[in-house]
Amino acid sequence: MPQHVIHSRRILAEKVHEFWVEAPLIARKRKAGQFVIVRMNDRGERIPLTIASGDAERGLIRLIVQEAGKSTIEMGRLQVGDFFLDIAGPLGRPTHIETWGNLIAVAGGVGAAPLLPIVEAARAAGNRVHAIIGARSENLMILAEEYARHCHEVRLCSDDGSVGIKGLVTDCLRQWVSEGVQFNQSLIIGPVIMMRETAKVAKELGIPGQVSLNPIMIDGTGMCGACRVSVNGKTKFACVDGPEFDAWGVNFDELILRNRAYLRQEKIALDTMMDHECKIGLATGVAQ
Amino acid sequence: MTDAVENQEKQEKRVSKKHLPRTPMREQEAMERVQNYEEVPFGYSEAEAIAEAERCIICKNPKCVTACPVNIDIPSFIREVRDGNFEAAARILKDTNSLPAVCGRVCPQEDQCEKVCIEGIKHDPVAVGNLERFVADWEREHDKISIPEIPPPTGYKIAIVGSGPAGLTVAGDMAKQGHDVTVFEALHRPAGVLIYGIPEFRLPKLIVNAEVDYIRKLGAKFVMNTVVGVSITLDELFAEGYHAVFIGTGAGLPKFMNIPGENLVGVYSANEYLTRANLMGAMRFPEYDTPMRPSQHTVVVGGGNTAMDSARTALRLQKCRVSLVYRRSLQELPARVEEVHHAEAEGIEMHLLNNPVAILGNEQQEVTGIRCLRMELGEPDASGRRRPVEIKGSEFELECDTVIMAIGNDPNPVFTRATPGLKVSKWGTIIADEETGATSRPGVYAGGDIVSGAATVINAMGAGRKAANAMDTYVRSLAI
Ligand SMILES: Cc1cc2nc3c(=O)[nH]c(=O)nc-3n(C[C@H](O)[C@H](O)[C@H](O)COP(=O)(O)OP(=O)(O)OC[C@H]3O[C@@H](n4cnc5c(N)ncnc54)[C@H](O)[C@@H]3O)c2cc1C
Ligand SMILES: Cc1cc2nc3c(=O)[nH]c(=O)nc-3n(C[C@H](O)[C@H](O)[C@H](O)COP(=O)(O)OP(=O)(O)OC[C@H]3O[C@@H](n4cnc5c(N)ncnc54)[C@H](O)[C@@H]3O)c2cc1C
Ligand code: SF4
Ligand code: SF4
Ligand code: FES
Repeated sequence: MPQHVIHSRRILAEKVHEFWVEAPLIARKRKAGQFVIVRMNDRGERIPLTIASGDAERGLIRLIVQEAGKSTIEMGRLQVGDFFLDIAGPLGRPTHIETWGNLIAVAGGVGAAPLLPIVEAARAAGNRVHAIIGARSENLMILAEEYARHCHEVRLCSDDGSVGIKGLVTDCLRQWVSEGVQFNQSLIIGPVIMMRETAKVAKELGIPGQVSLNPIMIDGTGMCGACRVSVNGKTKFACVDGPEFDAWGVNFDELILRNRAYLRQEKIALDTMMDHECKIGLATGVAQ
Repeated sequence: MTDAVENQEKQEKRVSKKHLPRTPMREQEAMERVQNYEEVPFGYSEAEAIAEAERCIICKNPKCVTACPVNIDIPSFIREVRDGNFEAAARILKDTNSLPAVCGRVCPQEDQCEKVCIEGIKHDPVAVGNLERFVADWEREHDKISIPEIPPPTGYKIAIVGSGPAGLTVAGDMAKQGHDVTVFEALHRPAGVLIYGIPEFRLPKLIVNAEVDYIRKLGAKFVMNTVVGVSITLDELFAEGYHAVFIGTGAGLPKFMNIPGENLVGVYSANEYLTRANLMGAMRFPEYDTPMRPSQHTVVVGGGNTAMDSARTALRLQKCRVSLVYRRSLQELPARVEEVHHAEAEGIEMHLLNNPVAILGNEQQEVTGIRCLRMELGEPDASGRRRPVEIKGSEFELECDTVIMAIGNDPNPVFTRATPGLKVSKWGTIIADEETGATSRPGVYAGGDIVSGAATVINAMGAGRKAANAMDTYVRSLAI
């Protein structure tokens, strides 16, 4: 019995897919900052994905997936009515939210998806939320309108200037602070390098904050230790101790290298899939 | 005394005097088996089983029964095997042990039933484990698995957290009583360590699945992908109308040594390594999506079953050189003797009396070696084992690209952390009554590794059995 049927789907940007999937229990329980582990089929990997939002009444959760390799490319092809075999969650600790005052949320690329529910929760807790959303170019920018709805002010930036300011999120952050705005807290989510650089700048500017880490995971329940990260010199299991950690204390370089551990095998997996499809494609082509 | 009984006793005495040698179990040749993932021992044939059963003198006061944590009526089942009544033997096993095909394979028999076997005093003990395995396999292979008659529904709802051997035992026992049983499991497949940890060549998954199926047939429901404490809390279970809850969440938190280099790429916990290989199918990558890094030389740190399983899995998966580093000597290796022999025969290098002090890496943060200190044995410590002491200046390096840390597991904290009012020891184990499994919260019972710390399959089952009895009495005392 497929439990996790895809209710609707949409392409948000190039290679970025949005799904609303049936998962009533998770929709009811989930809090900002938590994630699920998804397995598409019986041979599939267990893949962590942040719960971008939920609809408790309809029993649906929203997942936003960027194509990164075999599993996420396969996922991008799922249609309405298809299903995910397994969804476990909500996992991880919910974001620790206080009334900080002036908050700066910095999103890089598809990081805008996991950051959105945190921004909503922070605003509900009485914070003034400012956001910087960065993407390589306009066609990769997602959720800008939703941020506009939830934030006091949103600034966009892109590497090529096709949308918002031309520049990096770090440039944007420096600029904003130089205008005399004081931020008491930051929330930074995006590719690891972007988080590393933004955390560095935030530290320079004296803004404490949190980052959400995305190490390789398997079980997501604290059983395997694949998700080890170093924070303030201590080893933590991101799936149960995180995924959010003190932005100033994370050893990002270690995370970058650990995330590359399977590059060669990931390529093999992708090539095998493509190869296989080529052959099938060829066969049907001949039949026609 | 009737003639028949007298005759039988005479015959038993005669048999005992023969002191036949123990019937060995045939197994795959070492060099062949490392090329596949299939089970190493083949199991007895019917004739071999009968021959082995004939060695048992069917003691009147059988010591073996008291040494078995679930008190299987060993002489009775062996008598049935001897007489060729395999189906009857299976019934006897199933009376007290819901997972005989598993226990016959992975129980440390040499420390339990077989250790005290009377035949073992002067000769070899009766191969109780091998016989247990034979009977359970025979029953399954001959489609003789019978579902006992289940009494009418009692109306009591039982929740079980964790589907390892402890949880499965409670599920089976409670379902047999006619209770409405639901097992909640965090992973996508049931059976705990039996499915994600112990490898195929030691415990075929077909057998584990058959055991789970049996418990399903008794009426228990399984809800996977549900982390109790997070997806649903204990209080919510009670609010949903469960009358009693059993906690069997196991010892699933891998230990590390806290030495430099443990977060390098290529360092795995045994749990991660075995989970990738077993649960996720990395041995069939890329047919299955979960990969493993290739290796030329894998070093496993530790000396228990987990270490042997990791080393032997690495050998099969990587077809590479595999070494084991352990800080005590061969005598102190906590793994089963049989497993140590298997590992040695398969070509695993044993580096005993060596203690790792650092894992070394290159610029890419990939493992390049492990630095160890040689040890010598000093005075006995609290555990009675001679304590290893470092030999000053004996540091040396072993080149390798993969390190598997198999130094044990702590209790899984996810559930306890999320559950207020449940008394937990300073080691993180749940405090529960030894005889009943009752915890500090009414209606909540616990057993297995989450209570004892990492132990054995049969201990987890024994604890499950006791808790199930107590839970049965408890729920029946409630008005519904
Ligand atoms: C807590 C958490 C939340 C995440 N949320 C999202 C999200 O909302 N949307 C999204 O698009 N992505 C998210 N990710 C990342 C996502 O899990 C990976 O992109 C995905 O697993 C890649 O799988 P693949 O087979 O497509 O690619 P692969 O070819 O297997 O890998 C591409 C890269 O992804 C990373 N990766 C591979 N396997 C895993 C794994 N099992 N777990 C984590 N990372 C892996 C590695 O760095 C790898 O180099 C999240 C990761 C974590 C840990
Ligand atoms: C590699 C390895 C080899 C071993 N070899 C042997 C052997 O040869 N012989 C032997 O007797 N013993 C052996 N053992 C030990 C034995 O497997 C354990 O003692 C036994 O499995 C403990 O059973 P359990 O039911 O307490 O827990 P487990 O088998 O650990 O099962 C616990 C289950 O609970 C689930 N869980 C945890 N938290 C939650 C939660 N919050 N919500 C829902 N589910 C949860 C876990 O996912 C898991 O499936 C071995 C152990 C390992 C790791
Ligand atoms: S369950 Fe274990 S201890 Fe008991 S009889 Fe079987 S092998 Fe021996
Ligand atoms: S102690 Fe040994 S000989 Fe006696 S009943 Fe048990 S197995 Fe048979
Ligand atoms: S993913 Fe296994 S411990 Fe975190």
